Amino acid sequence: MIRYLYANDLHRHDRLARSMFRDRARQFSERLKWPVDVDPHGEERDEYDALNPLYVIWERPDGHHGGSMRFLPTVGRTMTGEHFLHLTDGVHVQSPLIWECTRFCLSEKAEPRVAAALMLAGSELMRGHGVEHFLGVFDAPMERVYRAIGASPDVLGSAGKGRAKTSVGLWAYTPDARAKLIARSGLSEELMRLWYVRSFGRVDGAKSAVA
Amino acid sequence: MARQEQGAAFNVILEALEQASDLAELQALSERMRDYFRVDHLVYHWVSGTGEQYGCGTYDPAWVARYLQKDYLRIDPVVQSCYQRFHPVDWKQLNWSGKAVRDFQCDAIEHGVGNQGFTVPVRGPSGQFAIFTVSHSCDDCGWHEFIEENRRELILAAHYFNQKALEFEPDRAPDASRQLSPREVDAMTFLAMGYSRAQVADTLSISEHTLRVYIESARHKLGAANTTHAVARSLQQGLIIV
Repeated sequence: MIRYLYANDLHRHDRLARSMFRDRARQFSERLKWPVDVDPHGEERDEYDALNPLYVIWERPDGHHGGSMRFLPTVGRTMTGEHFLHLTDGVHVQSPLIWECTRFCLSEKAEPRVAAALMLAGSELMRGHGVEHFLGVFDAPMERVYRAIGASPDVLGSAGKGRAKTSVGLWAYTPDARAKLIARSGLSEELMRLWYVRSFGRVDGAKSAVA
Repeated sequence: MARQEQGAAFNVILEALEQASDLAELQALSERMRDYFRVDHLVYHWVSGTGEQYGCGTYDPAWVARYLQKDYLRIDPVVQSCYQRFHPVDWKQLNWSGKAVRDFQCDAIEHGVGNQGFTVPVRGPSGQFAIFTVSHSCDDCGWHEFIEENRRELILAAHYFNQKALEFEPDRAPDASRQLSPREVDAMTFLAMGYSRAQVADTLSISEHTLRVYIESARHKLGAANTTHAVARSLQQGLIIV
Protein backbone atom coordinates (compact mmCIF):
# COMPACT_ATOMS: atom_id res chain seq x y z
CA MET A 1 0.00 0.00 0.00
CA ILE A 2 0.94 3.64 -0.41
CA ARG A 3 1.86 5.80 2.57
CA TYR A 4 2.41 9.55 2.45
CA LEU A 5 4.75 10.45 5.32
CA TYR A 6 6.63 13.57 6.33
CA ALA A 7 10.15 12.92 7.62
CA ASN A 8 9.17 13.84 11.18
CA ASP A 9 6.58 11.04 11.16
CA LEU A 10 8.96 8.33 9.93
CA HIS A 11 9.89 7.29 13.48
CA ARG A 12 6.41 5.79 13.81
CA HIS A 13 7.21 3.48 10.89
CA ASP A 14 10.67 2.36 11.83
CA ARG A 15 10.92 -0.81 9.74
CA LEU A 16 9.53 0.93 6.68
CA ALA A 17 11.84 3.95 7.05
CA ARG A 18 15.01 1.97 7.69
CA SER A 19 14.39 -0.34 4.76
CA MET A 20 13.74 2.70 2.55
CA PHE A 21 17.09 4.30 3.44
CA ARG A 22 18.83 0.93 2.96
CA ASP A 23 17.21 0.41 -0.44
CA ARG A 24 18.32 3.92 -1.37
CA ALA A 25 21.89 2.99 -0.46
CA ARG A 26 21.64 -0.12 -2.67
CA GLN A 27 20.22 1.80 -5.61
CA PHE A 28 22.20 5.02 -5.52
CA SER A 29 25.49 3.92 -3.99
CA GLU A 30 25.91 0.25 -4.99
CA ARG A 31 24.12 0.04 -8.33
CA LEU A 32 24.40 3.55 -9.74
CA LYS A 33 27.70 4.44 -7.99
CA TRP A 34 26.50 7.94 -7.13
CA PRO A 35 28.80 9.64 -4.60
CA VAL A 36 26.20 9.55 -1.82
CA ASP A 37 26.73 9.16 1.94
CA VAL A 38 25.92 5.77 3.44
CA ASP A 39 26.01 5.44 7.24
CA PRO A 40 27.34 2.42 9.21
CA HIS A 41 23.80 0.92 9.20
CA GLY A 42 23.88 0.88 5.42
CA GLU A 43 21.36 3.74 5.12
CA GLU A 44 21.65 6.54 2.60
CA ARG A 45 20.58 10.08 3.55
CA ASP A 46 21.45 13.51 2.22
CA GLU A 47 21.01 17.10 3.39
CA TYR A 48 17.50 17.29 1.88
CA ASP A 49 16.20 14.50 4.10
CA ALA A 50 16.83 16.92 6.98
CA LEU A 51 14.38 19.50 5.56
CA ASN A 52 11.29 17.49 6.54
CA PRO A 53 10.39 16.36 3.02
CA LEU A 54 7.24 14.42 2.21
CA TYR A 55 7.91 10.80 1.23
CA VAL A 56 5.57 8.73 -0.87
CA ILE A 57 6.30 5.11 0.00
CA TRP A 58 5.07 1.76 -1.26
CA GLU A 59 4.85 -0.51 1.79
CA ARG A 60 5.08 -4.24 1.15
CA PRO A 61 2.79 -6.63 3.02
CA ASP A 62 5.66 -7.49 5.39
CA GLY A 63 6.05 -3.83 6.35
CA HIS A 64 9.22 -3.28 4.32
CA HIS A 65 9.92 -0.65 1.70
CA GLY A 66 9.01 -1.51 -1.89
CA GLY A 67 9.66 1.86 -3.51
CA SER A 68 9.56 5.54 -2.73
CA MET A 69 10.11 9.12 -3.77
CA ARG A 70 10.75 12.36 -1.94
CA PHE A 71 9.04 15.71 -2.34
CA LEU A 72 10.07 19.24 -1.38
CA PRO A 73 8.48 22.59 -2.26
CA THR A 74 10.55 24.50 -4.84
CA VAL A 75 10.05 27.75 -2.91
CA GLY A 76 12.51 26.37 -0.34
CA ARG A 77 15.92 24.70 -0.72
CA THR A 78 15.99 22.09 -3.47
CA MET A 79 18.45 19.74 -5.10
CA THR A 80 17.63 21.10 -8.58
CA GLY A 81 18.20 24.66 -7.39
CA GLU A 82 21.46 23.92 -5.58
CA HIS A 83 23.11 21.20 -7.66
CA PHE A 84 21.51 20.91 -11.09
CA LEU A 85 21.14 24.48 -12.39
CA HIS A 86 23.35 23.51 -15.34
CA LEU A 87 20.55 21.16 -16.45
CA THR A 88 17.85 23.84 -16.38
CA ASP A 89 19.66 26.48 -18.41
CA GLY A 90 20.53 28.27 -15.18
CA VAL A 91 16.88 28.75 -14.27
CA HIS A 92 16.26 28.30 -10.56
CA VAL A 93 12.73 26.93 -10.84
CA GLN A 94 10.64 28.25 -7.96
CA SER A 95 6.90 28.24 -7.56
CA PRO A 96 4.40 27.16 -4.92
CA LEU A 97 2.69 25.28 -7.76
CA ILE A 98 5.79 23.17 -8.54
CA TRP A 99 7.23 20.55 -6.16
CA GLU A 100 10.55 18.82 -6.53
CA CYS A 101 10.61 15.03 -6.73
CA THR A 102 13.93 13.28 -6.04
CA ARG A 103 15.39 9.94 -4.87
CA PHE A 104 12.89 7.83 -6.79
CA CYS A 105 13.91 4.41 -5.56
CA LEU A 106 12.71 0.87 -6.16
CA SER A 107 13.52 -2.09 -3.93
CA GLU A 108 15.26 -4.97 -5.73
CA LYS A 109 12.24 -7.06 -4.75
CA ALA A 110 9.68 -4.61 -6.10
CA GLU A 111 7.12 -5.95 -8.53
CA PRO A 112 6.91 -4.07 -11.84
CA ARG A 113 3.70 -2.35 -10.85
CA VAL A 114 5.26 -0.51 -7.89
CA ALA A 115 6.76 2.22 -10.08
CA ALA A 116 3.35 2.87 -11.62
CA ALA A 117 1.70 2.86 -8.19
CA LEU A 118 4.18 5.49 -6.97
CA MET A 119 3.64 7.74 -9.98
CA LEU A 120 -0.10 7.36 -9.51
CA ALA A 121 0.32 8.42 -5.89
CA GLY A 122 2.21 11.43 -7.21
CA SER A 123 -0.75 12.37 -9.37
CA GLU A 124 -2.95 12.11 -6.25
CA LEU A 125 -0.70 14.69 -4.61
CA MET A 126 -1.07 17.02 -7.58
CA ARG A 127 -4.83 16.65 -7.65
CA GLY A 128 -5.22 16.96 -3.89
CA HIS A 129 -2.86 19.85 -3.21
CA GLY A 130 -3.16 22.04 -6.29
CA VAL A 131 0.34 21.20 -7.54
CA GLU A 132 0.69 21.74 -11.29
CA HIS A 133 4.12 20.25 -11.98
CA PHE A 134 6.78 18.04 -10.44
CA LEU A 135 10.39 18.79 -11.21
CA GLY A 136 12.64 15.76 -10.83
CA VAL A 137 16.21 14.55 -11.05
CA PHE A 138 16.68 11.07 -12.46
CA ASP A 139 19.18 8.80 -14.18
CA ALA A 140 19.19 6.70 -17.35
CA PRO A 141 17.82 3.48 -15.80
CA MET A 142 14.91 5.41 -14.26
CA GLU A 143 14.22 7.01 -17.61
CA ARG A 144 13.50 3.52 -18.96
CA VAL A 145 11.25 2.75 -15.99
CA TYR A 146 9.25 5.93 -16.57
CA ARG A 147 8.90 5.10 -20.26
CA ALA A 148 7.77 1.56 -19.50
CA ILE A 149 4.92 2.77 -17.28
CA GLY A 150 3.86 5.53 -19.67
CA ALA A 151 4.96 8.37 -17.39
CA SER A 152 7.92 9.82 -19.28
CA PRO A 153 8.77 13.31 -18.10
CA ASP A 154 9.57 16.22 -20.34
CA VAL A 155 13.36 16.46 -20.14
CA LEU A 156 14.65 19.96 -19.40
CA GLY A 157 18.30 19.01 -19.65
CA SER A 158 20.76 16.11 -19.32
CA ALA A 159 24.43 15.57 -18.61
CA GLY A 160 26.65 12.49 -18.82
CA LYS A 161 26.41 9.42 -20.99
CA GLY A 162 25.04 5.89 -20.80
CA ARG A 163 24.05 4.74 -17.32
CA ALA A 164 25.70 7.80 -15.81
CA LYS A 165 23.37 10.17 -17.64
CA THR A 166 21.53 12.44 -15.21
CA SER A 167 18.53 14.48 -16.25
CA VAL A 168 16.12 17.04 -14.87
CA GLY A 169 12.57 16.44 -16.02
CA LEU A 170 9.10 17.70 -15.59
CA TRP A 171 5.80 15.95 -14.99
CA ALA A 172 2.39 17.51 -15.45
CA TYR A 173 -0.95 16.09 -14.40
CA THR A 174 -2.91 14.73 -17.34
CA PRO A 175 -5.97 12.47 -17.27
CA ASP A 176 -4.36 10.41 -20.05
CA ALA A 177 -1.22 9.63 -18.11
CA ARG A 178 -3.34 8.89 -15.06
CA ALA A 179 -5.45 6.35 -16.92
CA LYS A 180 -2.29 4.59 -18.11
CA LEU A 181 -0.88 4.47 -14.58
CA ILE A 182 -4.10 3.02 -13.22
CA ALA A 183 -3.90 0.24 -15.81
CA ARG A 184 -0.19 -0.41 -15.17
CA SER A 185 -0.45 -0.42 -11.40
CA GLY A 186 -3.51 -2.65 -11.28
CA LEU A 187 -4.92 -0.35 -8.60
CA SER A 188 -8.31 1.28 -8.58
CA GLU A 189 -9.11 4.98 -8.22
CA GLU A 190 -11.03 4.11 -5.06
CA LEU A 191 -8.12 2.38 -3.38
CA MET A 192 -5.72 5.21 -4.25
CA ARG A 193 -8.25 7.68 -2.83
CA LEU A 194 -8.57 5.63 0.35
CA TRP A 195 -4.78 5.64 0.91
CA TYR A 196 -4.65 9.35 0.24
CA VAL A 197 -7.49 10.07 2.68
CA ARG A 198 -5.87 7.91 5.32
CA SER A 199 -2.78 10.14 5.20
CA PHE A 200 -4.30 13.55 4.58
CA GLY A 201 -7.91 13.32 5.76
CA ARG A 202 -11.17 13.46 3.88
CA VAL A 203 -12.35 16.59 2.08
CA ASP A 204 -15.09 15.89 -0.41
CA GLY A 205 -18.10 13.70 0.03
CA ALA A 206 -18.03 13.65 3.81
CA LYS A 207 -20.65 15.56 5.74
CA SER A 208 -19.02 17.67 8.37
CA ALA A 209 -19.94 17.09 11.99
CA VAL A 210 -19.55 20.81 12.58
CA ALA A 211 -21.88 22.41 10.07
CA MET B 1 -17.36 37.82 -12.03
CA ALA B 2 -15.90 36.61 -15.29
CA ARG B 3 -12.57 34.79 -14.96
CA GLN B 4 -10.64 37.51 -16.71
CA GLU B 5 -12.11 40.34 -14.61
CA GLN B 6 -11.45 38.31 -11.52
CA GLY B 7 -7.83 37.76 -12.55
CA ALA B 8 -7.45 41.50 -13.10
CA ALA B 9 -8.98 42.30 -9.69
CA PHE B 10 -6.65 39.81 -8.03
CA ASN B 11 -3.68 41.35 -9.78
CA VAL B 12 -4.64 44.85 -8.55
CA ILE B 13 -4.39 43.55 -4.97
CA LEU B 14 -1.08 41.84 -5.70
CA GLU B 15 0.24 45.13 -7.14
CA ALA B 16 -0.77 46.90 -3.91
CA LEU B 17 0.89 44.12 -1.91
CA GLU B 18 4.09 44.57 -3.92
CA GLN B 19 4.04 48.31 -3.06
CA ALA B 20 3.32 47.84 0.66
CA SER B 21 6.06 49.26 2.85
CA ASP B 22 4.91 48.61 6.42
CA LEU B 23 2.86 46.25 8.56
CA ALA B 24 -0.12 48.62 8.72
CA GLU B 25 -0.45 48.36 4.95
CA LEU B 26 -0.24 44.58 5.19
CA GLN B 27 -3.14 44.68 7.66
CA ALA B 28 -5.22 46.81 5.27
CA LEU B 29 -4.38 44.40 2.44
CA SER B 30 -5.53 41.40 4.46
CA GLU B 31 -8.92 43.12 4.73
CA ARG B 32 -9.01 43.89 1.01
CA MET B 33 -8.09 40.35 0.16
CA ARG B 34 -10.80 38.97 2.47
CA ASP B 35 -13.34 41.12 0.59
CA TYR B 36 -11.93 39.92 -2.72
CA PHE B 37 -12.36 36.25 -1.78
CA ARG B 38 -15.72 37.05 -0.14
CA VAL B 39 -14.97 35.08 2.99
CA ASP B 40 -15.60 35.94 6.64
CA HIS B 41 -11.92 36.02 7.58
CA LEU B 42 -8.40 36.05 6.27
CA VAL B 43 -5.33 35.71 8.48
CA TYR B 44 -1.59 35.68 7.87
CA HIS B 45 0.64 34.54 10.74
CA TRP B 46 4.40 34.62 10.57
CA VAL B 47 7.07 33.08 12.80
CA SER B 48 10.69 34.03 12.11
CA GLY B 49 13.71 31.75 12.37
CA THR B 50 14.39 33.27 15.80
CA GLY B 51 10.83 32.69 17.04
CA GLU B 52 9.50 36.21 16.64
CA GLN B 53 5.83 36.32 15.67
CA TYR B 54 3.71 38.69 13.71
CA GLY B 55 0.16 38.46 12.46
CA CYS B 56 -2.30 40.43 10.45
CA GLY B 57 -5.85 39.61 9.56
CA THR B 58 -9.49 40.10 10.22
CA TYR B 59 -10.35 37.98 13.27
CA ASP B 60 -12.16 39.75 16.10
CA PRO B 61 -9.43 41.13 18.43
CA ALA B 62 -11.35 39.52 21.32
CA TRP B 63 -10.74 36.11 19.68
CA VAL B 64 -7.03 36.84 19.16
CA ALA B 65 -6.71 37.84 22.83
CA ARG B 66 -8.60 34.76 23.96
CA TYR B 67 -6.49 32.50 21.73
CA LEU B 68 -3.32 33.85 23.33
CA GLN B 69 -4.72 33.83 26.86
CA LYS B 70 -5.91 30.20 26.53
CA ASP B 71 -2.68 29.24 24.78
CA TYR B 72 -4.72 27.58 22.02
CA LEU B 73 -1.58 27.37 19.88
CA ARG B 74 -0.80 24.13 21.75
CA ILE B 75 -3.99 22.34 20.70
CA ASP B 76 -5.08 24.12 17.51
CA PRO B 77 -5.13 21.26 14.95
CA VAL B 78 -4.50 23.75 12.14
CA VAL B 79 -1.20 24.88 13.61
CA GLN B 80 -0.29 21.35 14.69
CA SER B 81 -0.84 19.97 11.21
CA CYS B 82 0.78 22.82 9.26
CA TYR B 83 3.92 23.29 11.30
CA GLN B 84 6.97 22.01 9.36
CA ARG B 85 4.76 20.83 6.53
CA PHE B 86 4.02 22.32 3.14
CA HIS B 87 0.74 21.02 1.76
CA PRO B 88 -2.38 23.21 2.09
CA VAL B 89 -5.19 21.82 4.23
CA ASP B 90 -8.93 22.09 4.29
CA TRP B 91 -9.88 22.16 7.99
CA LYS B 92 -12.21 19.23 7.40
CA GLN B 93 -9.15 17.06 6.76
CA LEU B 94 -7.91 17.60 10.30
CA ASN B 95 -8.62 15.60 13.39
CA TRP B 96 -11.17 17.53 15.50
CA SER B 97 -11.90 14.70 17.91
CA GLY B 98 -10.95 14.91 21.56
CA LYS B 99 -12.68 17.10 24.10
CA ALA B 100 -10.10 19.90 24.28
CA VAL B 101 -10.05 20.29 20.50
CA ARG B 102 -13.86 20.19 20.22
CA ASP B 103 -14.18 22.85 22.94
CA PHE B 104 -11.62 24.97 21.11
CA GLN B 105 -13.59 24.63 17.89
CA CYS B 106 -16.87 25.64 19.59
CA ASP B 107 -15.13 28.63 21.12
CA ALA B 108 -13.74 29.63 17.70
CA ILE B 109 -17.15 29.36 16.04
CA GLU B 110 -18.72 31.42 18.85
CA HIS B 111 -16.15 34.12 18.15
CA GLY B 112 -17.13 34.23 14.48
CA VAL B 113 -14.18 32.33 13.00
CA GLY B 114 -16.56 30.14 10.99
CA ASN B 115 -17.02 26.41 10.64
CA GLN B 116 -14.93 26.14 7.48
CA GLY B 117 -11.31 26.96 6.82
CA PHE B 118 -8.42 26.49 4.42
CA THR B 119 -4.81 27.01 5.47
CA VAL B 120 -1.66 27.27 3.36
CA PRO B 121 1.63 26.68 5.19
CA VAL B 122 4.61 28.58 3.79
CA ARG B 123 8.25 27.67 4.30
CA GLY B 124 10.61 30.60 4.04
CA PRO B 125 14.40 30.76 4.25
CA SER B 126 16.36 29.87 7.42
CA GLY B 127 13.58 28.43 9.52
CA GLN B 128 11.01 31.12 8.81
CA PHE B 129 7.49 29.74 8.75
CA ALA B 130 4.05 31.18 8.10
CA ILE B 131 0.46 30.15 7.71
CA PHE B 132 -2.16 31.86 5.60
CA THR B 133 -5.81 31.09 6.34
CA VAL B 134 -9.24 31.91 5.03
CA SER B 135 -12.26 30.92 7.12
CA HIS B 136 -15.97 31.11 6.56
CA SER B 137 -19.44 30.02 7.67
CA CYS B 138 -21.18 27.89 5.09
CA ASP B 139 -22.12 24.31 4.28
CA ASP B 140 -19.64 21.69 3.09
CA CYS B 141 -20.77 21.79 -0.51
CA GLY B 142 -20.39 25.53 -0.81
CA TRP B 143 -16.95 25.43 0.79
CA HIS B 144 -15.76 22.61 -1.41
CA GLU B 145 -16.78 24.58 -4.48
CA PHE B 146 -15.10 27.71 -3.17
CA ILE B 147 -11.82 25.87 -2.59
CA GLU B 148 -11.87 24.14 -5.96
CA GLU B 149 -12.39 27.50 -7.63
CA ASN B 150 -9.91 29.54 -5.59
CA ARG B 151 -7.21 27.11 -4.47
CA ARG B 152 -4.63 28.40 -6.91
CA GLU B 153 -5.10 32.07 -6.00
CA LEU B 154 -5.13 31.25 -2.28
CA ILE B 155 -1.79 29.45 -2.59
CA LEU B 156 -0.31 32.36 -4.57
CA ALA B 157 -1.69 34.93 -2.10
CA ALA B 158 -0.14 33.02 0.81
CA HIS B 159 3.30 33.11 -0.77
CA TYR B 160 3.11 36.78 -1.77
CA PHE B 161 2.12 37.78 1.75
CA ASN B 162 5.13 35.88 2.96
CA GLN B 163 7.55 37.40 0.44
CA LYS B 164 6.41 40.84 1.57
CA ALA B 165 6.63 39.99 5.27
CA LEU B 166 10.19 38.74 4.73
CA GLU B 167 11.13 42.14 3.30
CA PHE B 168 10.21 43.69 6.64
CA GLU B 169 12.67 41.52 8.56
CA PRO B 170 15.44 43.72 9.96
CA ASP B 171 19.02 43.29 8.69
CA ARG B 172 17.85 41.24 5.81
CA ALA B 173 20.20 40.65 2.90
CA PRO B 174 18.72 41.43 -0.55
CA ASP B 175 16.90 38.43 -1.90
CA ALA B 176 18.83 36.91 -4.77
CA SER B 177 16.20 34.22 -5.22
CA ARG B 178 13.81 36.68 -6.79
CA GLN B 179 16.20 37.64 -9.59
CA LEU B 180 15.26 36.32 -13.01
CA SER B 181 17.85 34.13 -14.69
CA PRO B 182 18.89 35.01 -18.28
CA ARG B 183 16.66 32.25 -19.67
CA GLU B 184 13.63 33.57 -17.80
CA VAL B 185 14.42 37.07 -19.07
CA ASP B 186 14.57 35.68 -22.63
CA ALA B 187 11.19 33.99 -22.24
CA MET B 188 9.53 37.13 -20.84
CA THR B 189 11.14 39.30 -23.53
CA PHE B 190 9.80 37.26 -26.43
CA LEU B 191 6.36 37.07 -24.84
CA ALA B 192 6.41 40.87 -24.42
CA MET B 193 7.22 41.14 -28.14
CA GLY B 194 3.98 39.32 -28.88
CA TYR B 195 5.44 35.92 -29.77
CA SER B 196 3.17 32.95 -29.15
CA ARG B 197 4.32 30.29 -26.71
CA ALA B 198 5.12 27.95 -29.57
CA GLN B 199 7.24 30.63 -31.23
CA VAL B 200 9.08 31.45 -28.01
CA ALA B 201 9.80 27.76 -27.36
CA ASP B 202 11.03 27.38 -30.92
CA THR B 203 13.22 30.48 -30.72
CA LEU B 204 14.79 29.35 -27.45
CA SER B 205 15.08 25.73 -28.67
CA ILE B 206 13.15 24.36 -25.69
CA SER B 207 9.91 22.41 -25.45
CA GLU B 208 6.67 24.19 -24.67
CA HIS B 209 6.51 22.31 -21.34
CA THR B 210 9.91 23.62 -20.37
CA LEU B 211 8.86 27.10 -21.41
CA ARG B 212 5.75 26.78 -19.27
CA VAL B 213 7.86 26.05 -16.21
CA TYR B 214 10.27 28.91 -16.92
CA ILE B 215 7.29 31.26 -17.24
CA GLU B 216 5.71 29.87 -14.07
CA SER B 217 8.95 30.34 -12.19
CA ALA B 218 9.35 33.92 -13.49
CA ARG B 219 5.72 34.65 -12.58
CA HIS B 220 6.38 33.56 -9.01
CA LYS B 221 9.57 35.63 -8.70
CA LEU B 222 7.75 38.68 -10.07
CA GLY B 223 4.84 38.26 -7.66
CA ALA B 224 2.34 38.26 -10.52
CA ALA B 225 -1.04 36.56 -10.79
CA ASN B 226 -0.61 35.24 -14.33
CA THR B 227 1.60 35.43 -17.43
CA THR B 228 0.14 38.69 -18.77
CA HIS B 229 0.76 40.40 -15.44
CA ALA B 230 4.22 38.89 -15.19
CA VAL B 231 5.15 40.34 -18.59
CA ALA B 232 3.72 43.75 -17.62
CA ARG B 233 5.61 43.68 -14.36
CA SER B 234 8.95 42.76 -15.88
CA LEU B 235 8.53 45.66 -18.33
CA GLN B 236 7.63 48.08 -15.51
CA GLN B 237 10.61 47.00 -13.46
CA GLY B 238 12.93 47.36 -16.43
CA LEU B 239 13.91 43.69 -16.25
CA ILE B 240 13.31 43.25 -19.93
CA ILE B 241 13.75 45.59 -22.86
CA VAL B 242 11.77 45.21 -26.06
